[in-house]
Amino acid sequence: MQWDVVIGLEIHTQLKTASKIFSGAATTFGAEPNRQACAVDLGLPGVLPVLNIEAVRHAVRFGTAIGAEIAPRSVFARKNYFYPDLPKGYQISQYELPVVGRGQVEILLDDGDTKTIGVTRAHLEEDAGKSVHEDHLGGGRLSGIDLNRAGTPLLEIVSEPDLRSPQEAVAYARKIHQLVRWIGISDGNMQEGSFRVDANISLRPAGSDTLGTRAEIKNINSFRFLHKALEFEIERQRDILEDGGTIVQETRLYDAEQDETRSMRSKEEANDYRYFPDPDLLPLSIDADFIQAATAELPELPEAMRARLIEQYGLSATDATVLTGSLAMADYFEQTVAGCHDAKLAANWITGSLAAALNKADLDIEHSPVSPAQLIGLLQRIQDNSISGKIAKQVFDGLWQGEGDADAIIAARGLTQITDTGAIDSLVEAVMAANPQQVEQYRAGKEKVFGFFVGQVMKQSQGKANPALVNQLLKDKLAGG
Amino acid sequence: MQSSDVARIAHLAKLATDASELEQYASELTAILTLVEQMNRLDTAGVEPLAHPLELTQRLRPDVVTEPDQREGFQRHAPLTEDGFYLVPRVIE
Repeated sequence: MQWDVVIGLEIHTQLKTASKIFSGAATTFGAEPNRQACAVDLGLPGVLPVLNIEAVRHAVRFGTAIGAEIAPRSVFARKNYFYPDLPKGYQISQYELPVVGRGQVEILLDDGDTKTIGVTRAHLEEDAGKSVHEDHLGGGRLSGIDLNRAGTPLLEIVSEPDLRSPQEAVAYARKIHQLVRWIGISDGNMQEGSFRVDANISLRPAGSDTLGTRAEIKNINSFRFLHKALEFEIERQRDILEDGGTIVQETRLYDAEQDETRSMRSKEEANDYRYFPDPDLLPLSIDADFIQAATAELPELPEAMRARLIEQYGLSATDATVLTGSLAMADYFEQTVAGCHDAKLAANWITGSLAAALNKADLDIEHSPVSPAQLIGLLQRIQDNSISGKIAKQVFDGLWQGEGDADAIIAARGLTQITDTGAIDSLVEAVMAANPQQVEQYRAGKEKVFGFFVGQVMKQSQGKANPALVNQLLKDKLAGG
Repeated sequence: MQSSDVARIAHLAKLATDASELEQYASELTAILTLVEQMNRLDTAGVEPLAHPLELTQRLRPDVVTEPDQREGFQRHAPLTEDGFYLVPRVIE
């Protein structure tokens, strides 16, 4: 039987603020346990939450970026459940009236087509603390609770069940990840848990309109795991359905080590959260002026910039996609083009050598050891024929190692291209004199040996001879006899 | 509302209830639900839903860190702590 896959994602992204969503405690990652948990975060009696304006601005920015309506009036609600990392016994979230309404994003599919994915809503909420299980804590019989993360502002972004494959789900998650970083509302750091994905997935007979029973896979913190978890889950559900079984609606956890999803039985009965409006918080009112002020400095959005790069610089769709991977990458590119006036050359170097080096060193472009100005210095030497493309790679290595600017490296390493006809002439003659047999062969019509001569001359010049001149002079000399 | 509904709600809210009380709670809660039922029959078209009894909106706080670290003070009141953690009965999935 053929099955259609239906996937919807709930993405929790941590908002970039100095203080928590309802308290004045700091949000810095990596502090000692409970050093950033104040009375409000601990849920001590008598405390009251006060909403952080920056968290609201971030939500408004996101809503605007996905073309969603910002609710003029939204309401905070209590989501009730018991867990030790949630000291109040409820999480402050939004339920019936979220701040961001329906919007949409476009994802790029593998075949180059685009698909529009609906975003149902996005709402503000507080994060919970963390439970730590270490052998030494309480003699290994107790769990430790760190409430530093409790009260950290989150935006939960809920998609429509519009995704039809693990590939689409990953493309959508990457799109949201790119967007929240692009507009500066989240650092999107997945290792630190700033971007976590819950996936709802179900199968239905191909062509059917009714949704099958879904399972929810919680807390996935990498795109690779998202893909693998969904693939596993599709297989699992298909096997059950084809054996005539039924899917149990439940929460599952992806175990990367075993590459499988497992039922989290303990969470099943907790699915009745008894939401009600939080009496400690008044309704949130957002007017046009607030939206205007919050979004005044939003940068050009990725799709618009991608289209512009193609249009303005004649870049390929692939280059434009890579270069708009992050705002920092796009800025780097535009700064470089401004200095070297050759978009294709700049794009090749940024998506090629620079991207490869950054990738290898596991660095973001923000932390690139080679600045746009330094790259421009290198590209200019290629453009004025001082160095060949091959030598340029050596110069780039020098830039990466911090050996100074391109000109300094070219001088220090003696890499200037030889464009002096006389100098190349004598190299050509020397090579021909040393290889009379090959000269004979070439003149007898075996043109394949031409490559051999080019290689020898380049070797003699230590790669510095201008390749076009070498070709020209070799042809003349070999033909001339 | 049945006794079993009361038992379930009490369980979700972590409230200890005596089996002998369930019957009484069920009938009291049913009375409240009957009242809600009556209100449900009113025509409320054009009435703005109420999320808070005060007709005010939320004041917002500037994004500034104002709370100093008071871990030692807070942890003096906790039954068990170690290495800066609050200790609780083991929870693990």
